[in-house]
Amino acid sequence: MATDTISTDIPAIGLETNQNPHTPGQLIWRRFRKHRMAVMGMIGFGLLLLFVVGGSYFVSEERANAVDLQARLSPPSSQYWMGTDSTGRDIFTRMIYGGQMSLIVGGTAVMISVTLGTLIGGLSGYFGGWLDAILMRFTEAMLSIPQLFLLIVLGKFVGRNMSDVTILGKTVSSSVFIVIFVIGLTSWMFLARIVRANVLSLKEMDYVAVSKSLGSSNLRTFFRHLIPNTMGVIIVSSTLGLAGAILSEAYVSFLGLGIQPPTASWGNMLTAAQTFVQQGSWWMWVFPSVFIVITILCVNLVGDGLRDAFDPRSSRHL
Amino acid sequence: MWTYILRRSFQALFTLLIITVLCFLLTRYSGDPLAQYAANPRMSAEDKEALKERLGLNDPLYVQYFKWLGLAVQGDLGNSFFARQPVSEMIGQRLPNTLILMFTAEVITISLALTLGIISAVKQYTWVDNVITTFSFIGFSMPIFFSALGLLLIFAVQFKAWGLPYLPTGASVWDKSDPVEYIKNLILPVSALALIQTAGYSRFVRTSILEVLGQDYIRTARAKGLTSRGVLFKHALRNAALPLVTIVGLDIPFLLGGAIVTESIFSWPGMGRLFWEYAQRSDYPVVLGILLIISTAVVVLTIVTDVIYTFVDPRIKLG
Repeated sequence: MATDTISTDIPAIGLETNQNPHTPGQLIWRRFRKHRMAVMGMIGFGLLLLFVVGGSYFVSEERANAVDLQARLSPPSSQYWMGTDSTGRDIFTRMIYGGQMSLIVGGTAVMISVTLGTLIGGLSGYFGGWLDAILMRFTEAMLSIPQLFLLIVLGKFVGRNMSDVTILGKTVSSSVFIVIFVIGLTSWMFLARIVRANVLSLKEMDYVAVSKSLGSSNLRTFFRHLIPNTMGVIIVSSTLGLAGAILSEAYVSFLGLGIQPPTASWGNMLTAAQTFVQQGSWWMWVFPSVFIVITILCVNLVGDGLRDAFDPRSSRHL
Repeated sequence: MWTYILRRSFQALFTLLIITVLCFLLTRYSGDPLAQYAANPRMSAEDKEALKERLGLNDPLYVQYFKWLGLAVQGDLGNSFFARQPVSEMIGQRLPNTLILMFTAEVITISLALTLGIISAVKQYTWVDNVITTFSFIGFSMPIFFSALGLLLIFAVQFKAWGLPYLPTGASVWDKSDPVEYIKNLILPVSALALIQTAGYSRFVRTSILEVLGQDYIRTARAKGLTSRGVLFKHALRNAALPLVTIVGLDIPFLLGGAIVTESIFSWPGMGRLFWEYAQRSDYPVVLGILLIISTAVVVLTIVTDVIYTFVDPRIKLG
């Protein structure tokens, strides 16, 4: 066998190309596919996206915000598939636009928190010393205040002087930006800690030493070697962070500090439901809540599958 | 050991200092604390200005901060602008309610989570495990207002409509000195909290038990002839419970703050609702006081948990 491979070149080359046909990305995808629940989560999330994005081609946003006091609090029927709310707005249409809002807010907030978390954790781990001490104390301080309390206080702080903004010819309520900003600023701490721990161990690796001895600057070493190697952790944590951000939006809007009506979000649709549930308008509560739960469930399942796919050794679920 | 505790305490002091600066800035500028007087016709602009001056709201920011900090370290958290009562007194009135709610919920959560987690781990990959896993995944993805409003809808609203014995919604004023009434009002918020917390905890218990069951010493214990029940309760559970101690320890201070949402939905007179009511009024001494108490508890309990952990688990060395 061994003499065979030495005597002829062709099988050896064939063997090599056969053995290594997969990029790391493909390997991760293969492992991910084996995780049945995660794939189900992804399909579920895809269907949800189809609902909130596709739905907006059939019904207009004006319809979602149209008030019809004649039809207020009507239960689900052939005309109003999911019933109407306390001002007679169609809940089905609001679910579509509210869903868009919740997903956009969640997604953007996660981008902010991932950027912050990666930078703060990375810098802290890479440079160490007093910078590390200060940044980590700050991270600890932020972590010591329960997130909902922080969200409320920061929301009120930022919310004082913001006016509506026009983007792409559409007036967007300032409350949207406040919510994104506030959620992003209050959810980077866990990622920062994970990235820091990762960078701390990575910077002792040989290839980092080689890179530095070849004359790479700190900046290059940091962005070319350390960050790409923590990417798995970052991706997993931002997926799980998306679930957290959607939940946070729901909480903040539920308390009336988030997205302001008439703009719909799944969270603020529930604020109104709170009063009317006690009078028996179950549909106002059921649809937004069930959609929130399904979304978070799907995102969590995907995140869980990604964690296993990126780190085959971990058997830890949830 | 002592150097470790000393070093951690020093770091904690620094963290607390950052927390006070952060919270002071955020709450002091979250709105006009004297907004309630704006609608008062008997109060002129000059009066308001004079009041501001008297209350020290016109002082430079750092003066206001150090004045507040100086009193806070002596245990005086200032007075509420709205209620005109000392903040510490207001918190003192609400704290027992929050503690009762949270303690009950936590005890139920832990016992349920242990039971479900153990069953799930022992019967891994059977239908029982699958049902529990599905339940915990759904519960984990549930916002508290989902369970709270759902329970309210079923047990308070629909049960009343169906003519069954129903539970109070908590919305009405109730007699807090009547123990039966108190317990009745406690049932729904506690169930709402326990339902969601159990989901995460039971998953956690399952994972750590499975991890322990794979260890060599478990195989040794089985090889010695111990029954699987004996192994489970004498060896596996004790080791698996260790991480749970940390999680519970770190959760306690957060429970102190109460669940803002749960307390609001059920009109439970606890600290979370106090915070929410006074945050809306921008009454910063109250908000700041609550934040300070909770975060101090978090910081202190983190260290205590870490230290206790070394006693419970001798394998861990403090670095």
